[in-house]
Amino acid sequence: MTSAFAALDLELIAMQLFSGVALGAVFVMLALGLSIIFGMLGIVNFAHGNFFMVGAYAGVFVMERTGSFWAALLVGPLMVGALGLLVERFLIRPLAGRSPDDPLLLTFGLGYVLVEGVRILFGSDGLPFATPEELSGVADLGIGYFPIYRLFVVGVVALVLVVLWYGLERTRLGLIVRAGARDPEILRVLGIDIQRLWLWVFGLGIALAALGGVLAAPMRSVNPEMGNVVLGEAFAVTVIGGMGSLMGSVVAGLLVGIVVSMTALVAPEMASIAMFAFMALVLLIRPQGLFGKPGLGV
Amino acid sequence: MLEIHGLDAWYGPSHVLHGLSLEVRAGEILALVGRNGAGKTTTMKAVMGLIPKVGGSVRFLGTELLGRPAHARFPLGLAYVPEDRRIVPGLTVRENLRLGLLRAPRTIKEGAAIAEIAETFPRLAERLDQIAVTMSGGEQQMLAIARAMIARPKLILLDEPSEGIMPVLVEEMGRLFVSLRDRGVTLLLVEQNVEWALNLANRAVIIDQGAVVHESSAAALRADTEIQDRYCAV
Repeated sequence: MTSAFAALDLELIAMQLFSGVALGAVFVMLALGLSIIFGMLGIVNFAHGNFFMVGAYAGVFVMERTGSFWAALLVGPLMVGALGLLVERFLIRPLAGRSPDDPLLLTFGLGYVLVEGVRILFGSDGLPFATPEELSGVADLGIGYFPIYRLFVVGVVALVLVVLWYGLERTRLGLIVRAGARDPEILRVLGIDIQRLWLWVFGLGIALAALGGVLAAPMRSVNPEMGNVVLGEAFAVTVIGGMGSLMGSVVAGLLVGIVVSMTALVAPEMASIAMFAFMALVLLIRPQGLFGKPGLGV
Repeated sequence: MLEIHGLDAWYGPSHVLHGLSLEVRAGEILALVGRNGAGKTTTMKAVMGLIPKVGGSVRFLGTELLGRPAHARFPLGLAYVPEDRRIVPGLTVRENLRLGLLRAPRTIKEGAAIAEIAETFPRLAERLDQIAVTMSGGEQQMLAIARAMIARPKLILLDEPSEGIMPVLVEEMGRLFVSLRDRGVTLLLVEQNVEWALNLANRAVIIDQGAVVHESSAAALRADTEIQDRYCAV
């Protein structure tokens, strides 16, 4: 009897662990964009959660017109990424050389504009976003049944990570990005137009948030306020991982997903505050976050 | 080659350069000397487009540089080795060298260019895959110079390259500068080590309080200890 219960518990824990990884995968998408933008442009993007929300709506928009989830997954983030390019070029860039508070206030206000814009275009009520048929149902993982869609989300995020890693470590553009994060001035001396680089980095960060939004849409309800909740979560993950650290975003995203999901197993009512308790604990031990460099100013 | 005319520069409210004019001629080493705070580094930064508030004229090979973005200079053949070297942390020696090739003419191939640098700088050759900032100060200085010259610029601005470097490396560096000049590369050399700089240079310019106060051949200034004492004594 006892051993049967133990086996059941292990199975449950394994499934919950996997749920945590799937939840964390969405956090990773959000935190990566937030961290890339902070690391390169030095901007704390308070509209990041709202771009995630706009991504989900862009997904709905494309899906309604094409009927294809795959088109939504691809075109939605590109549309929102293009919006990000416009925001950098016409709203953020004119603030260059001014107090670092200015871009922060700008993105804070922009977040509200995005929410209201979506309310005007799509209404205040939530919209359904059905799990695509080919990805619905469950798969037998050997230890238990698991929703196929969540497996898919983990797969997409893993693929994005591989592409990002390859781009950063193995390409010329990646070298420019890595150097630009550390010393933008020497890049200018060596002939690189750093503002153009920042433009594309901002667009990439926003597109990643939007991709997170499309991926999360079938798992969460799509409504204009969904971005406000995830912003807090994304900040917690980024701070735990260390602001500006991409490795930190990945590790912290998965860890936070697992912590939340495991807390839900033992004390469901504590699940939503678990990540912040975890953040407080990490910061007590490592104030700069898991992978952050000490002394990095905001 | 580089004509600076009536250059003014400000750091915030303080006016640092006051109508500074000087010319760097093709194929020479020009030593730019003067006290700490005379405006030597500011002159270089202003030429490189790194100071927001400037006035006057800086022409390089006939092209006006002021008003153009900082990144427009390197492709024209104008390279800069800043005083603090600016070796990028987290990158290897090879990656730092590749940064110097990002805007190189297409005729320069990465593999060949790095091999050539490795031949010129045996100390760097042994350390190509090492994280660059873990090297000694002298080796980092060599890397900063290598990164500035790898794309074969026409003019290199060098800001106190001998600072904090052991004497044997300073001598090696001097031989490198002379061989660069012999290959037709023009050098503008800002130095506190006046004696060393005057031994390498063809001509010398002294600046004081943001303006040129003396201009002569390097040999003439070397002989004129009175002027040296008046403007270059620490």
